[in-house]
Amino acid sequence: MELAGDRGKVGITDYAQQQLGDVVYVELPEIGTKLKQGQSFGTIESVKAVSELYAPVTGEVVDVNAALKDKPEIVNADPHGSWMIAVRLTNAGESDALLDASQYQDLVK
Amino acid sequence: MEQATEVPLKKTPLNARHRASGARMVPFGGWDMPVEYSGIVAEHLAVRTRAGLFDVSHMGQIEIAGKDALAAVQRISSNDASKLAVGQAQYSGLLTEQGTFIDDLLVYRLTPAHFLLVVNASHIQKDYAWIAEQIKPAGDAVAVDASSRYALLALQGPAALDVLQPLTGVDLAGMKYYWFANGEVASVRATISRTGYTGEDGFEIFVPPQSADRVWQAILESGKAADVIPAGLGARDTLRLEAAMRLHGNDIDETTTVLEADLSWIVGWKKDDFIGAAALREQKANGVTRKIAGFEVLDRGIARQGYDAYLGDAKVGVVTSGTQTPFLKKAIGMAYLPAAHTAAGTEFDVDIRGRRTRARVVPMPFYKRQRPERGA
Repeated sequence: MELAGDRGKVGITDYAQQQLGDVVYVELPEIGTKLKQGQSFGTIESVKAVSELYAPVTGEVVDVNAALKDKPEIVNADPHGSWMIAVRLTNAGESDALLDASQYQDLVK
Repeated sequence: MEQATEVPLKKTPLNARHRASGARMVPFGGWDMPVEYSGIVAEHLAVRTRAGLFDVSHMGQIEIAGKDALAAVQRISSNDASKLAVGQAQYSGLLTEQGTFIDDLLVYRLTPAHFLLVVNASHIQKDYAWIAEQIKPAGDAVAVDASSRYALLALQGPAALDVLQPLTGVDLAGMKYYWFANGEVASVRATISRTGYTGEDGFEIFVPPQSADRVWQAILESGKAADVIPAGLGARDTLRLEAAMRLHGNDIDETTTVLEADLSWIVGWKKDDFIGAAALREQKANGVTRKIAGFEVLDRGIARQGYDAYLGDAKVGVVTSGTQTPFLKKAIGMAYLPAAHTAAGTEFDVDIRGRRTRARVVPMPFYKRQRPERGA
């Protein structure tokens, strides 16, 4: 998640896209959907498998990345650049507990 | 809690090569196998446009030999092995008395009274035990599980012939589809068969396990200019599905008959009694109530194995294989549906994780190669 003020852009990590393999389908929620931290907001499918996408924070979906509908493979090419949804955070404290990229790298090593 | 009696995964002779090449390894049918190297999509497209090299050494080999070997094979295999010349192979079923699939297999006629059966990896022991028991009444014939004597490589794709020919004295262009010959590949004793599980032209190469790595390396080296790449089980699955080849465990099993699987061409209807014959003859006379059908998803979404099929509010069937295919770029699959609703153009719904999604029956195969193999 990339945070700017009370807006967070949510995507998946490079590690996650590597584990998934070739992404062929991404299903995202409608704008306006209210999400709780940890709740599934969509699905991402590789050739082999379906995985749920989980909200890292509580908030309201204010934008979805429509480009992923026709070009889901960009998730593999540029995972950190391929955001999926933008969320307006309604529980600001939650984001403090999230890991940054280098902390996450250490975790999945 | 972890199981205390977990059986270690079996390894093919190429296991170290796969790991050194950075393949992603997964457990498959009791084996530690490469699911992908550079990615399923890239490997799939390589096979459709150039060639890919697969390690399928996990497949089992059962040999049947003896004066009455033909009678033995005729009893346990649904297809008519008497039609095979020496040097020819056929697809067939190993059936229950109910005409359902214990396994599917290829039957190779090595000599007039010596056959090689290639069976699925996860069923080797079950198949062997069944065959050994069932051929007893056939007379002078013995079955041997020869799986450990063979490594099996599959070079598949339009460039396969040109890549393999420099490595062997066997005239590959003169080899017809579903024929095979003995010879050598990269100076290694080999049986080369013009068969495969991808819908593409190509060859399957049986070699002694200790020489598998040498042959693997030689083929990749020969294929360098044509950009031939190693490919894993993931691409093998999407390729076979585009070609509408059934996968045992998904599309066929001990609950589905040969006729329901729409494979009546692998039944030797004119031959004498074989296991499953009576049930199949009865089902042929009465007609099947359900049948496998190929489909395309019309809405967005991917219909996968195990998802339910609906006509209106009635649950009428189940998807047995389904994916988004890399070459056709569509969500396709196979499903068992009521036989009256399997004509091309028939529409039905698939429950994709709680959402009804429209699908349409289409003719199979989904993909058919344009050019026939050269020389065949």
